[in-house]
Amino acid sequence: MNHQVVSVKVYAAVFCALLALTITTVAVSKLDLGEFNFIAAMTIAVIKATLVVMFFMDVRRATSMTKLFVGAGLFWLAILLVFLLSDYLSRGWLPSLRWL
Amino acid sequence: MADSEATLTAHEPELKHHFDDSAQQLESSTLGMWVFLVTEVMFFGGMFGAYTVYRNLYRNAFASTSHFMNVIIGAVNTGVLICSSFTMVLAVRSAQLGQKKALVAFLILTLILGCVFLSLKYVEYHEKWVDHHIPGPGFQYADPRYFHQAQILFLLYFAMTGMHAIHMIVGAGLLTTLIVMAARDRFSATWHTPVEMIGLYWHFVDIVWIFLFPLLYLIGHTQ
Amino acid sequence: MSPTLPFASTEARTNYLNADYGWKSWLFTTDHKRIALLYLFSITVFFFVGGLFAVGMRLNLLTPQGLFSHDTYNKLFTMHGIIMVFFFLVPSIPATLGNFLVPMMIGARDLAFPRINLLSWYIYIVGGIFALTAVVQGGVDTGWTFYAPFSSTYSNTHVILAALGVFVSGFSSILTGLNFIVTIHKMRAPGMTWSRLPLFVWGHYATSLIQVLGTPVIAITLVLLGLERLLHAGIFDPTLGGDPVLFQHLFWFYSHPAVYIMILPGMAVISEIVACFSRKAIFGYSFVAFSSIAIAVLGFLVWGHHLFVAGQSMYASMAFSFISFLVAVPSAIKVFNWTATMYKGSVSFETPMLYAFGFIGLFTIGGLTGLFLATMAIDVHVTDTYFVIAHFHYVMVGGMVMAYLGGIHFWFPKITGRMYPEGWAKFAALVVFVGFNLTFFPQFILGYQGMPRRYAHYAPEFQVLNVMSTAGASVLAVGYLLPMIYLTWAWRKGPRAPQNPWNAKGLEWSSHPRPRLPTTLNINRW
Repeated sequence: MNHQVVSVKVYAAVFCALLALTITTVAVSKLDLGEFNFIAAMTIAVIKATLVVMFFMDVRRATSMTKLFVGAGLFWLAILLVFLLSDYLSRGWLPSLRWL
Repeated sequence: MADSEATLTAHEPELKHHFDDSAQQLESSTLGMWVFLVTEVMFFGGMFGAYTVYRNLYRNAFASTSHFMNVIIGAVNTGVLICSSFTMVLAVRSAQLGQKKALVAFLILTLILGCVFLSLKYVEYHEKWVDHHIPGPGFQYADPRYFHQAQILFLLYFAMTGMHAIHMIVGAGLLTTLIVMAARDRFSATWHTPVEMIGLYWHFVDIVWIFLFPLLYLIGHTQ
Repeated sequence: MSPTLPFASTEARTNYLNADYGWKSWLFTTDHKRIALLYLFSITVFFFVGGLFAVGMRLNLLTPQGLFSHDTYNKLFTMHGIIMVFFFLVPSIPATLGNFLVPMMIGARDLAFPRINLLSWYIYIVGGIFALTAVVQGGVDTGWTFYAPFSSTYSNTHVILAALGVFVSGFSSILTGLNFIVTIHKMRAPGMTWSRLPLFVWGHYATSLIQVLGTPVIAITLVLLGLERLLHAGIFDPTLGGDPVLFQHLFWFYSHPAVYIMILPGMAVISEIVACFSRKAIFGYSFVAFSSIAIAVLGFLVWGHHLFVAGQSMYASMAFSFISFLVAVPSAIKVFNWTATMYKGSVSFETPMLYAFGFIGLFTIGGLTGLFLATMAIDVHVTDTYFVIAHFHYVMVGGMVMAYLGGIHFWFPKITGRMYPEGWAKFAALVVFVGFNLTFFPQFILGYQGMPRRYAHYAPEFQVLNVMSTAGASVLAVGYLLPMIYLTWAWRKGPRAPQNPWNAKGLEWSSHPRPRLPTTLNINRW
C-alpha cells in the first residue's frame, strides 16, 4: 500500500463533489417525483459512497483481494436485504395453505 | 505488491516478530481492518433490513413520521461528516509524508468535526425527547392512526442513528489516542499503520451516515 | 515418509508448555498454542454445563408427567441450547484445534493478530460469565432461539442477560474468524500455495468467512430484542404493529449459517484423519476444498427453511426449500470423497479413525434427514417435533462432537507430547457411538409419531422410546466422561509420544512434539 502519495487536489475534488452531491440530494428531495425520489436519493448515496470508498479509502489502488472483500461485503448485504424482502413482497402471491 | 522506499528492518520495534517484513504486516493490518468493516456492514445491514421491511409495510405512517425529521440538522451533519472525512484523509496523507505537525492538526480537526456532529445529534435527540417521540412508556404521537407504527419507526430511527453515534464516539476515542501517539512522535513515513486503519474506520462510519441521511430524513416527505 | 526425530529427552527441551510458568504467563500469553489450551479448558467446562442441563431434561422425560414444572423444563432446554450452541459448538474446533494448528499447517509463526486472539478468548469468557449469571439468577425460558414476542414481551426470565452473553460471545467468534482469514491470506510460508493447503485449513477458512459475515446479524438482532424488551416499541410484537417473523428472519440469517460454522471444522478434521489412516492422499482434493466454500456461500441462502410454518410467503419458502436441497450437495461430495479415499487405501482403526467412521455414518443420516426437513410437505408434519431434534443432534453430536473428539485424539501427541491409552480410547469411542444412537435414534421415531419438542410432559404412548433415549443418554455420558479421565491422566502420565506417531503427512508433524514458543517448524518437506 505504499504507493505514491495522492495529491491534495484529488482529495479536494472528491470533497467538493461530495458536498455538491449532498446539496443535490437535499434539493431533489424537495421535489415530488413519486417513486423516483427513492431511486434518486439512493443513486446519489451510492455515488457518494463509491467516491469515499474509491478515493478516501484508496480502494481504487488497492489489491484485488481488498476489492474482492469490499464486493463480498456488499454482496452479502444484498443477500440479506433481497431475500428478506422477497418474503414480505411475495406474501399473498400464492394462497397460503390451510394448516396456518 | 506495493513497493516502498523505506521499509522497516527486523530491528525496528514496530515490526512484530511473527511477520516476515513490514509489507506483510501492513497488508495484514489492512486486510484485517477491511474484514472488520465487512462485519460492520452486516451489523448495520440487519437494521437497514428491518427499516426496509417496516417502511414498506407502513408507508403512510412512514410519510407521517418523516415530517418530524430535522432535515436541516441532518444535512448539516452530513456536511460535517464529509468535511471530517476530508480532514481525515489529509491526516493520513500527512502521516505518509512524515509531516507530524500537519498530521496532528488534521487529526484534531477531524476530532472537532466529529464532536460537532455528536453535538448536533444531541440537539436533535433532545428535540425528539421534547416531542415525546422517544419509544417507551413516554411515547406520544399526534396522529392516533399511526401511534404504534410510528413508535416502531422511531425505534428504528434511534437504533440506527444511535448505533452510528456510538461508532462515532468510539471513533472519537480512537482519534484521541492517535493524536496523543502522533504528538509523541510515534508515527513516521515508514510506519503509521494505526492512522491508516482508523482512517478506514472513520470513512466507513461516514458511509453509513451517507445512507442513513437520505433513508431517514429525505425520502417519505412527498409520499 | 516424514523424518522422525528421536523423542528421548523432550523433558528438558523448552517447549510452549514449560517455557514460562505462572498464571500471568498463561493469562497474558499471545502464543496461539497457549490460547488454544485456554479455550480447550473453558470449552470443556461449558460442554459439561450444557450436558448437565441435558441430563436434567432426559431425567424429566423418563415419565409422561415429568419431574419438573413446565417453567423449569423450559429453562433446562433453553440453557442447554444456548450453552451448547454458542459456548461449545461454535467455538469448539476453531478456537482449540484451529488456533493450535492453522499457523503450523501453513508454516507461520503465529496468527496474524496474536493479541486479538487473546482478546477473543477474554471476550468469550465475559460472554460466558453473562450466560452463567443468567443461569444462576434463575435461567431463561425462551428457547435458545429467543423467539419474539415471548422473549421480548412475555417472558419473566433474564432474557437480556442471556442475550448479552450470546452477543458478547459473538464478537469472540468474529475476531477468531477475522484472525484466521488474514492469517491464511497473508501468513502462508513461501511455497505454501492455496492448492497445497491442508483441507483442515480450507475448512477453517470457509468457517471464518461465515463467522465474519453472519455473526454481526445476530448481534444486531439481539440488540433490537433487548431494546424491544426495555422499551416495548413493538418492533416484534404483533399487538403493537410489529412482525414476529421479522425476528425469525434476522435470527436465522445467522443461525442457519451458524450450523455450518459448527460442522465445517468437523469436516475439516475428518478430511485429515481419513487421509492419514487410509495411508492415502484425500480423493478429489479440489472438490473437497471448494465444497467447503460452497457450503459457506450456499449456507447463507437457506435460512427460510426454519420459517416454513411461520407465515413466510409460499414463494420464498419454495425458493429456500430448493436451495436447501442444493446445499446438501457439497456435503455429499465430501462424504463421497472420504469414502473414495478409503477405497483401496490401507485403512487402520486407531481411535481417531473410529471417530471418523462414526462421523461419516452419523453425519450422513443427519444430513439426509435434513433433506426430509427441507421438503416442505414433510416439514409441515415433523416441524417442531423430535424429528428435528434428532436431525440436528445427529449432525451436531454424531457429527461435530465425534469429529472434535477424533481431532483431540489425533493431535493429542502433538499438543501434549504424550500418547493417550489406545485401548481405553477405542472403548470410549464405541461407548459414545452406542450411547449416541440409543439416545437419538428413538427420537426420529418419536418425532415421526408426533411427539412435539420442548414439552415437559408428553402423551403416555411415547414413554417407551423416551426411556430408551434416556438410557442411551446415560451411556453417552459415560462415553464422554471416559476421555475426560484418561486424557487428563495421559497428559501428566502418559508415555512420551514420538514426533509423528501416526506417520501423518501434515506440516504440523514436522515440529517437535510440544512445539516451541514461538512455533518453529522444520520446513524440509517441499
